[in-house]
Amino acid sequence: MLQKHANLMTDSQPILSLKSVRKMFGPHAAVDTINIDITEGEFFTIVGPSGSGKTTLIRMLAGMDQPTSGDILLRGTRINDLPANKRPTCMVFQSLALFPHRTVGQNIEFPLKIRGEDPAKRKVRALQLMTLLRLPESYYGKNVMKCSGGERQRVALARALAYDPQILFFDEPLSAIDYKLRKTLEKELKDIHRETNKTFIYITHSLEEAMVMSDRIGVMRDGKLVQVGTPHEIYTAPRSRFVSEFVGDVNVIPVTRAGNGRLRMNDSGRELVPPGKAPEFASGHLVVRPEYLRFLKQTSDADNALEGRLYNEYALGSRIQYQVRVGENVFVVEKLRQQPFSGKLDDKVIIGWDANDGILVSE
Amino acid sequence: MSPGFRNALPVMLFLLAGFAAPLIAVTWFSFMPPRTFAFTGTPTLENYETIFQSTSYISFLWSLALAALTVVLLALIAYPVAYGLVRVFGKWSMLATLLFTIPLFVSENIRLYGWVLFLIKNGVMLGTLKTYFGIQAESILFTLPAIVLGMVYVYLPFMLFPMTLGISMVPQDTRDAATDLGASRWQVFREVELPLSLPGIMIGCLLTFVLAVGAIAEAKVLGGQQIIPITHDIEIAFTYSQNWPLGAALSVLLMLVVGALVVLVLRRFDLDVLLGRR
Repeated sequence: MLQKHANLMTDSQPILSLKSVRKMFGPHAAVDTINIDITEGEFFTIVGPSGSGKTTLIRMLAGMDQPTSGDILLRGTRINDLPANKRPTCMVFQSLALFPHRTVGQNIEFPLKIRGEDPAKRKVRALQLMTLLRLPESYYGKNVMKCSGGERQRVALARALAYDPQILFFDEPLSAIDYKLRKTLEKELKDIHRETNKTFIYITHSLEEAMVMSDRIGVMRDGKLVQVGTPHEIYTAPRSRFVSEFVGDVNVIPVTRAGNGRLRMNDSGRELVPPGKAPEFASGHLVVRPEYLRFLKQTSDADNALEGRLYNEYALGSRIQYQVRVGENVFVVEKLRQQPFSGKLDDKVIIGWDANDGILVSE
Repeated sequence: MSPGFRNALPVMLFLLAGFAAPLIAVTWFSFMPPRTFAFTGTPTLENYETIFQSTSYISFLWSLALAALTVVLLALIAYPVAYGLVRVFGKWSMLATLLFTIPLFVSENIRLYGWVLFLIKNGVMLGTLKTYFGIQAESILFTLPAIVLGMVYVYLPFMLFPMTLGISMVPQDTRDAATDLGASRWQVFREVELPLSLPGIMIGCLLTFVLAVGAIAEAKVLGGQQIIPITHDIEIAFTYSQNWPLGAALSVLLMLVVGALVVLVLRRFDLDVLLGRR
């Protein structure tokens, strides 16, 4: 991982703090007791499936909803009751919410016009932002609805940047965009984050998207933040099955601690060597990522080994995924394309992993 | 024959018979010699000459002025109501919509005579004021304000419902985004809601204008023939004076004037552009 700017490392006052923030809809807590501190200049992503409360959360942060209880602090000042138009924050909407009756230039200049800046200055700033976002200058007078999907994204971001917010919120702005363009825009957004040094708070249902861009990720489920960490931590040390399964395919083995300190697979009773540090573990799941699983010549080649049958293979671009059936269970093994496994479908195979490559999760 | 054309054929035939044919008949009749009742006379411009030498233009101006005044008043009255129906009244807006719709089930003439009873000297309003409060006032019945009141009352739904639709088509996100970008409520209204609901307003204005230009009952019933709109002239030409070609010529002129105005307005406000489709 690359070293970030110095200001990210200093432990100054957080730009945004959530203290026990709750939002009730009737008896149901859409957002349930959330505590986070966001550092100035951070790219923080909240990930969760639909209905996890992430949109409700970000609407409260932007000032479009009020929390039922708890406090939202901006640089230490409580802003619960500050309306959206008074907050130094700005949101890029899922629908983008561009003004369809205005040109690209007028859309970007909107917050400046509202502030009463003079037209010449507005235009200079709009053109600056268009350059930053790689929108051709000739688009200034173009009707915004004539722009392509990717261009509209950039207009929406430029408009939000024109407001010069201290924090930028993103409500799944890329979810309606096709895969290839989305991948490009994800990287562009991270570059823009570098250029502008602003605090970005992004919500998405795709952990993959979050991984690409974020400094830190918060995983939400049923209104609660279940884990907060760097992309690396979320990937390598998920604290629950839910988090582990959020990033692509994983092998999840239900296990119980056996008397001898080993793990016993719940279905077959087979004993496995646990990862080094799991002193308090009683029962739960052993998670093994597919790239840590290997095809073995003999069972003694790894700490843990299972015999199964090669069922299918899937080409995933740079990697190849193999599906291996062990009894009733399905395991996935991934290898780099350059080093494929040579075997035939329905061959008997041995798969295995080293004890420390497994992750124990109690939920 | 393409399938599209074949499928459109019944509607096309129906429109030809029900819409185009009467228009053509009226237009053709306007070129027939005065006081004739057949399509077979030698075409002449005599009817148009008669109109341009007469004082019919006064009726034309009255009709257009009344219609314009009605549209302006309706726009001012209906927009707040439509706004309330969409954004403010919440669950009560169903009931309110119903209350605005129910009068449409009663014949226009009956409703206008209702107004006569209400406004007439010693009627519902003035009678009550006199009996219970001792207030003596002049009745506005058979004056210009009474006609305007009647027209505004009768055409209110035709302005209200397109406006309601127009306002409800403004996306919540767009309004939220404007607020988020610093706009006050008034700025959100002026910069986003009003321009985005403009198509609904324009459609309401056009609809009520065209209907109001063709209004006749209000002037007759509530105006007591103080003011003669062009529609009244047309009716007289077709009935009392038995001069169908003259009536037809007046009708053609009215259609041309209204049509030209509508085209002008639609040119100025392209609905597709307003809706952001182009």
